[in-house]
Amino acid sequence: MIEFADVSVEKNGVPILKDITVRLSERRIGVIGRNGSGKSTFARLFNGIEAPSAGTVTLNGVTERKALRRHVGFVFQNPDNQIVYPIVSEDLAFGLKNLKLPRDETQARIDEVLARFDLAHLRDRFTHQLSGGEKQMVALAGVLVMRPTMIVLDEPTTLLDLWNKRKFMAAIDALDEPVVVVSHDLDLLGHFDRVLHIEDGSIAGDGRPGPVLARYVAGSQC
Amino acid sequence: METRNVVFIALFAAIVAALAVFPPITLPLVGVPITAQSLGVMLAGGVLGAVRGGLAVVLFLVLVAIGLPLLAGGRGGFGVFLGPSGGFLVGWIVAAYAIGYMTERLWHRLNYLVAAGICFAGGVVLLYAIGVPWSAFVAEIPIGTALAGSLPFIPGDIIKCLIAAGVMVIVKRSYPIITPKSPAMPQTGM
Amino acid sequence: MLTDLYVFGDSPLHRTRPVVKITALVVFCSTLFIVEGWASVLVAGALVVTGFAVAGLKPRHAFVSVRPALWILAAIFAVQAYLTDVVFAGFVVARFVVLILAAALVTLTTRTSEFVDGILSALTYAPAWVPKEQIALAISLCLRFIPLVRAVLEDVRQAQSARGLDRNLTALLVPLVVRTLKTADEVSQAVYSRSFD
Repeated sequence: MIEFADVSVEKNGVPILKDITVRLSERRIGVIGRNGSGKSTFARLFNGIEAPSAGTVTLNGVTERKALRRHVGFVFQNPDNQIVYPIVSEDLAFGLKNLKLPRDETQARIDEVLARFDLAHLRDRFTHQLSGGEKQMVALAGVLVMRPTMIVLDEPTTLLDLWNKRKFMAAIDALDEPVVVVSHDLDLLGHFDRVLHIEDGSIAGDGRPGPVLARYVAGSQC
Repeated sequence: METRNVVFIALFAAIVAALAVFPPITLPLVGVPITAQSLGVMLAGGVLGAVRGGLAVVLFLVLVAIGLPLLAGGRGGFGVFLGPSGGFLVGWIVAAYAIGYMTERLWHRLNYLVAAGICFAGGVVLLYAIGVPWSAFVAEIPIGTALAGSLPFIPGDIIKCLIAAGVMVIVKRSYPIITPKSPAMPQTGM
Repeated sequence: MLTDLYVFGDSPLHRTRPVVKITALVVFCSTLFIVEGWASVLVAGALVVTGFAVAGLKPRHAFVSVRPALWILAAIFAVQAYLTDVVFAGFVVARFVVLILAAALVTLTTRTSEFVDGILSALTYAPAWVPKEQIALAISLCLRFIPLVRAVLEDVRQAQSARGLDRNLTALLVPLVVRTLKTADEVSQAVYSRSFD
């Protein structure tokens, strides 16, 4: 379970998030909101990319920023900014190397994650030559290989075509870990357990996807 | 060093490498090609500052040395440093550092003319002060002769200073990276 | 990744460790400047030719390596012939050719990845104040991003050519630099997220 207690974020004197207090324990959580609503900053609090200006973020008792990132995996919108190594297997090894895992454990985990997503054929490919869909799968694999307790995805399907979007979301749905998806795409969130609607740095809606999404859509009509 | 700085260094080295795709104009007789790449070197200093700019050029030259054909015209390998104009490549490191250093010092007064002056001082005067004696030494010719042989490049280099200055000033306004070394302008009400 | 200048082969030269080749190259070049004269250039030239033969390289490879320096070498020959004499001019130019070919011999018989591995393994022996992980990350990131920055440049060029600005360097460089810098912020977040310090 992750808990936000009176969390505010300010950047250069501008408030981005104001007094967020929420406890999240559902397996599938969606976050919606307009551009500039603060939802990306909210997502970045989960694993400590952003630090709260006030308040605390606690995941299963852990509050320290660097410990949070150890437990929460983060998938970015653009896999090109997430993949840091020229070759797929090297990129998957990157996070594990940072965790100082022994070499055989690293290899075993890479094999496991590649097999899990049917990506074994990409193992020795150059990352810049992959298709958009393949890149996003590799980015996800690079996060999962670190065995996080929870995974946060920030608009992970924006750059994907319909076909790749479905494939990617099927992979997300199959995950056992709790997942938080920030998205503009309401289709993705319809079957989630809970949806948060962020507006002007505050939680404007919270609950089952049906009513929250309906109110969000209604709000956009005016 | 912060991770963000490591990323800046790596990405700017990639920019210098990518600028090789502008085809070089090689003047006959003198041989040092005029390339957009030295523009990238000026920008490394002028956008990232002294240390990060200098290290970006070091990283770029290491990749050239270990055999990637990243210099304009597809040149690379150790040989480019051993040719007569090798000093200009090594001088790039110093030029980027110096341009970055001056930019940091003059940050609050940086306008187009100041930036052009900085690029000229670092990217032409200082660069030639390293490259010319180096060529003179390895080719065993008098320094004056080596300088005379390099003169035809000066006009091209001045044009590059003017372009780099324009980019520096715009990037300063739209996406500043440098943290200035000089005291800020006095501001009223603070 | 990016194609390097490596020429495939399985000669003793190809198999020699990069660090040995680089050390040999440094010694070779220094010697050529310290022991000045036709004799050392001729011996060195013979060594380089033998090296090319052993590595199975063709005269074409040698020519391609020297070609970028041809004009400037011709100019130096002319200046030396005028200032001193033809024999000395020949010596200076011959020394350059031997130096460049010796370097080419190392470059053409060593994969870039071998050098990178060499640098990384050398870093493990480096003293504690050397930021090893960061150097390794910088090298990998740069190799990873060169194709990407090239693509951005091409992108910007097409966008600007629609406005008739594709030969305007400022109009190309500003978006290229700003876009790359913005990318850098998210890349560092991604690197941080994956537990890199």
